[in-house]
Amino acid sequence: MAAVDMFEVLSPGLLTTVQDLGRFGYGRYGVAPSGALDSFSLRVANLLVGNSEGCAGLETVLMGLRVRALADVVIAITGGDLQPQLNKTPVAMWHSQRLKKDDVLSFSGPRNGCRAYIAAQGGIAVPKIMDSSSTNLSSGFGGYGGRPLKSGDVVKANSGVLLPAHKGGTFNPEWIPQYPPRWHLRVIWGPQDDHFTDASRAIFVNSRFTVSPASDRTGIRLQGPRIEHKSAVGQSIISEGVISGAIQIPGDGQPIVILGETVSGGYRKIAVVISADLPFLGQIKPGDEIQFQGVSLNEANDLLSVLEAKIGKLKFTRGN
Amino acid sequence: MLYDKPIFKTMGDRSLLAEVGDTIDPRTNEKVNALSMGVDNCKIEGIRELIPSYRSLLIVFDPLLIAAEELQRRIIDISVHLDQVDLPSPKTLEIPVLYGGEDGPDLEWVAGYHNTTPQEIIRRHTEPTYRVYMIGFTPGYPYMGELPDNLVTPRRETPRTKIPKGSVGIARKQTGIYPVVSPGGWQIIGRTTTDLFDPCAHPPALLEMGDRVKFYAVDNGGLE
Repeated sequence: MAAVDMFEVLSPGLLTTVQDLGRFGYGRYGVAPSGALDSFSLRVANLLVGNSEGCAGLETVLMGLRVRALADVVIAITGGDLQPQLNKTPVAMWHSQRLKKDDVLSFSGPRNGCRAYIAAQGGIAVPKIMDSSSTNLSSGFGGYGGRPLKSGDVVKANSGVLLPAHKGGTFNPEWIPQYPPRWHLRVIWGPQDDHFTDASRAIFVNSRFTVSPASDRTGIRLQGPRIEHKSAVGQSIISEGVISGAIQIPGDGQPIVILGETVSGGYRKIAVVISADLPFLGQIKPGDEIQFQGVSLNEANDLLSVLEAKIGKLKFTRGN
Repeated sequence: MLYDKPIFKTMGDRSLLAEVGDTIDPRTNEKVNALSMGVDNCKIEGIRELIPSYRSLLIVFDPLLIAAEELQRRIIDISVHLDQVDLPSPKTLEIPVLYGGEDGPDLEWVAGYHNTTPQEIIRRHTEPTYRVYMIGFTPGYPYMGELPDNLVTPRRETPRTKIPKGSVGIARKQTGIYPVVSPGGWQIIGRTTTDLFDPCAHPPALLEMGDRVKFYAVDNGGLE
């Protein structure tokens, strides 16, 4: 398949980047995964257009992206409802769409959620760096030249022949995730939950935290009651590896949910968001509220199996 | 203290932290390196990422491909045979540094903190050969130690939002180099033009865990 010019960026919106499911295997060099924050939505979008689930797509935040199709193309839009429009007419999400050359796709603003995902048949084409198309913004590599899209950029897609007799692919509407402004995130306690008193842990799960405007791809910063650590433990821990979803409690007692832009940290972690709830981290936006709930490993694995079953079913019905 | 067997802690439902000791020291760190190599060599199905650090190894895995208990068993097995792991010979790199002035805005303060001159601080910083304990924080960022006792310095009260690329910093017992512009709280005493990270190179980082680093002072002419 050759890479062809597919989208001209008329306006990049708040932040639009090329992402796949992340860059793995280079953690010992300090290379963090990056990747789509709502991986579930990107996977579904890819499957709806006949791609393998890990192809690169566009992740766009909140509002403002406008692109023109430079060729006929099949796309799908999933994730947060940012009110997508095709030539100024509302267009269905969670459903494949056929765009004609010169069609303009735009996003006017969030009705719910935070990030929308656009998959194009064949996958967005950028040079792979360390086996991934994801954008590492902090170090400026990967994706589209290591940076957010800007006006005038031309994004390529791998395209040969459009699938013949393409049937509209739809995702089971009952499985479309809800993105309410009040979130309930399930967590596994630890690894440093023993650095906190019973009282602090109770505050952690009984409080509603507000998402601060200082949140971005590096972390979701929360405001709420202080989570105090035991006086006997030190200011920080010996730096160790971290994963996306880990909840750090720094000196000011205000939790930060780490995302996929770092591999290590020196702050203690009280709990980690379960894998099944990770995709929601990509849809949380400033002003939202979060409450945490501790669950067991077994429950976490069951919930993950339920999520993966939906992907599996979609693969089956799409013939992937 | 080095543990007889790794102590495991869960970090969520998809990663396991294996702690091999409780201090920052070369022996413990060497064991982490060997464990990381040993696990990597086994190519266990379901492992997605390995992140070695000062005294622990984080193993990120797919819980639907391998269960945490099974993974833990396999890592204990590997940890018993670490003497069989072939560690690559560490390389020693000499890194040229422009100390002080605009390149090292905190050098004067550090000298004042230690009641001595900037020249003496440079001498103390360039004398030892440091061990690279881990790469983290940003791609290619080396955590190195230990600083001599007479150079141990606290972090800055107020972190900076933008530290120039190549800045050389110290904090407590460690020294490091910022491969890209970053925020940070370390005392910046100099800057190098040596590139620490190239995403297209194999491996992409100049320094690896276990390598040795010696700094030497240059003036502008020496950095051509």
